[in-house]
Amino acid sequence: MGIVFGIPSQALFGQLLLGLINGSFYALLSLGLAVIFGMLNVINMAHGALYMLGAFVAWLLLSVCGVGYGWALLLAPLVVGGIGLVLERTMLRRLYRLDHLYGLLLTFGLALMLEGAFRHQYGVSGQPYPIPDLLKGGQNLGFMFLPNYRGWVIAASLVVCFGTWFAIERTRLGAYLRAATENPVLVQAFGINVPVMVSLTYAFGVALAGFAGVLAAPIYQVSPLMGSNLIIIVFAVVVIGGMGSILGAILTGLGLGLLEGLTKVVYPEASNIVVFVIMAVVLLVKPAGLFGREK
Amino acid sequence: MGTSSSTGVVTSPVAVAAFRAPGLVALSLAGLVALVAAPFLLYPIFVMKVLCFALFACAFNLLIGFGGLLSFGHAAFFGGAAYITAHAVKVWGLPTEVGILLGTAGSAALGLVFGALAIRRQGIYFAMITLALAQMVYFTALQLPFTHGEDGIQAVPRGTLFGVIDLNDPLAMYYTVLAVCLAGCVIIWRAVHSPFGQVLKAIRENEQRAVSLGYRTDRYKLVAFVLSAALAGLAGGTKAIVFQLASLTDVQWQMSGEVVLMTLLGGMGTLFGPVVGAALVVTLESYLAATNLPVPVVIGGCFVVCVLLFRKGIVGELSARLRITPRPPV
Amino acid sequence: MPDGSITKTAMLEISDLHGFYGESHVLHGVSLEVRQGEVVTLLGRNGAGKTSTMRAIMGIMGKRTGSIRFQGQELIGMAQHRIPRLGIGYVPEERGIFSSLSVDENLTLPPVIKEGGMTVEQIYDLFPNLKGRGSTQGTRLSGGEQQMLAIARILRTGATLILLDEPTEGLAPVIIEQIGVAVRALKQRGFTIVLVEQNFRFAATIADRHYVMEEGHVVDMIPNDQLDANMDKLHTYLGV
Repeated sequence: MGIVFGIPSQALFGQLLLGLINGSFYALLSLGLAVIFGMLNVINMAHGALYMLGAFVAWLLLSVCGVGYGWALLLAPLVVGGIGLVLERTMLRRLYRLDHLYGLLLTFGLALMLEGAFRHQYGVSGQPYPIPDLLKGGQNLGFMFLPNYRGWVIAASLVVCFGTWFAIERTRLGAYLRAATENPVLVQAFGINVPVMVSLTYAFGVALAGFAGVLAAPIYQVSPLMGSNLIIIVFAVVVIGGMGSILGAILTGLGLGLLEGLTKVVYPEASNIVVFVIMAVVLLVKPAGLFGREK
Repeated sequence: MGTSSSTGVVTSPVAVAAFRAPGLVALSLAGLVALVAAPFLLYPIFVMKVLCFALFACAFNLLIGFGGLLSFGHAAFFGGAAYITAHAVKVWGLPTEVGILLGTAGSAALGLVFGALAIRRQGIYFAMITLALAQMVYFTALQLPFTHGEDGIQAVPRGTLFGVIDLNDPLAMYYTVLAVCLAGCVIIWRAVHSPFGQVLKAIRENEQRAVSLGYRTDRYKLVAFVLSAALAGLAGGTKAIVFQLASLTDVQWQMSGEVVLMTLLGGMGTLFGPVVGAALVVTLESYLAATNLPVPVVIGGCFVVCVLLFRKGIVGELSARLRITPRPPV
Repeated sequence: MPDGSITKTAMLEISDLHGFYGESHVLHGVSLEVRQGEVVTLLGRNGAGKTSTMRAIMGIMGKRTGSIRFQGQELIGMAQHRIPRLGIGYVPEERGIFSSLSVDENLTLPPVIKEGGMTVEQIYDLFPNLKGRGSTQGTRLSGGEQQMLAIARILRTGATLILLDEPTEGLAPVIIEQIGVAVRALKQRGFTIVLVEQNFRFAATIADRHYVMEEGHVVDMIPNDQLDANMDKLHTYLGV
């Protein structure tokens, strides 16, 4: 067994892998937050709850309907996105002309309701979700053992993250989105139905959270509280990265996950708070965030 | 987009102005009499809980209602002070009043650090930063040995006030809490009506303009933040003595959310709104505890209804209905 | 396709249009009409309601009463995004070039709504400055180039009525000349144009008729060929 920085390499790489997985979730969630914020100017406090919902939809599909992981990966984001669509059309829409803080308060209330309802129904203990057969087992990479499912989670989130980045930065639809983020009134005056775009953007952003929830289900247990603690870290990630850049959100998420993993090896006591400490440092050095533009 | 929506969280100057009206003075006197008589009519412990949360909400309201700053991390100050007070009184054996003051001072210090960081960003970023920093306090409390993790600091002795008044007597405890909370409210009232408060309101309405008038707005925001944190700490420390307990519940983000709800429900930027909101939420929760209804769902529902239907809160709506005043279009 | 023939039917008819931003009443009974193939200007001092009239046509206004008919269709009450799809292109005063989009993306952003729009090649012929700048960030263009881009992107869409809000504002005379050439070329191609202008010397070189606005309504209409005769009156209106 090799030794790196005085630490057994097996442990180091193991923690870094965990960090990368956490980072994948940070990236998926902060990406969704950034897309939603750009278009709606709303910080979606319900993002964590909708991530939890994604995991629960997957679990319910399996335990109630016998529908497996593959379909859940497709269906759960659709269900979560559909719920997002309803929330946007019935509630969020009414707040756009007001102070942005109201959007935050509304989604906070929605998060409490969602989590409270699931907690009431299923208690706080987690529900196990089996790793799909296809992704069981692992690979010996020589320097470490990589469980197949974890490799899949990293690959899948990277593909989705960069696919989203490509769609926004390099396609015509993405150009509409960027333009509408800048000046929705003018885009509407070109004949594009901006309110529908706004709804779909919100639905897409929360569908990403739902997708992350399904990916997370076999790794963490499916529990009503899985989203709330995670999302606060993601807020810190978003403050660190700044919400001006899609790529920035992805890279910050992945980077902070890795850093957190590294902290677990070097100084485990601080691993819970390292992201917050970095946030404080970034606020002191570059208040707009690493990739942010001061509005 | 940003400029058109910077009208600020809706607050009514009505309630502030109305305070000078004779009717309102009579109402406050009646309220005071009711508070003095309350322990004979209701469970003192329940009223004390309401009072502590009322002070907590008033402290929070100082920031959002008069400074336009939404802190989503006030649990850190409330719960942090509770831990400090409980530890000081129980482990170090300090007198109760010193313990509470230590808790308050601790929260003020924490407020100084958090405030200095958070005011570097505005609006929703401010909210996210305070939330994240408070979560750091939560994780720290979870790990530090002196907080006793999930158990919290239990069986905190109430002790005697100034060495004479035995706080184990429910009435003595009650009037002490009442005095503390009234003192806190007077400080807030003074702050809001001082030149400092005027500048704060100017910053809320239009920070750029306040800057161009030569005000160092960051200083004002920071002072408001520290004052708010200290008073939240005063409420938290007092609560630790009343319930003889400091626990993780007090530093959790749900607690930060709860104080936001109390203020929103009662009326942001009104003087009495947070008190009404605190009383309502505490009552609602103790009522719900006896039923099978899930508390967070109801609380969350209150948020949604408040934000969608009456953003001015109960006191704000009432004073708007009672007085016909020109309102700027939203 | 604008066929170049000037018919006498009104393409755009506005009658007794009132408009509001929130509580403030900004348009007080505007009435005017624009025939197909015409270039019509709205003249008036700042705050007379010229830009507001354009925004009212596009539906970018809180509340409107009265009537705005485009090719016989009533625009008041129509969903905002459907108005441009009838064939109306809008070039706002602030130009509205998107900084997060490249020049190419800015140019191709407005969706094609009808057949018969100009091709990108034809647009480059009209505005040679834009050629070869495709990957530049939109807002890195000079003010004049941004104005050209703002006009250019509407020409692709097949819109037959173009609303041009102060295309010469803040531009150097040589650039104004270029814009003038382009607008005349558009008129040749049969576009119908409503032009808001402070610079009536520029307006006089291209317009058929001028509507004068004051305090939110139209106070006068002067055909271009009678402009000289009405110079004194116009000076009083515009306060120049």
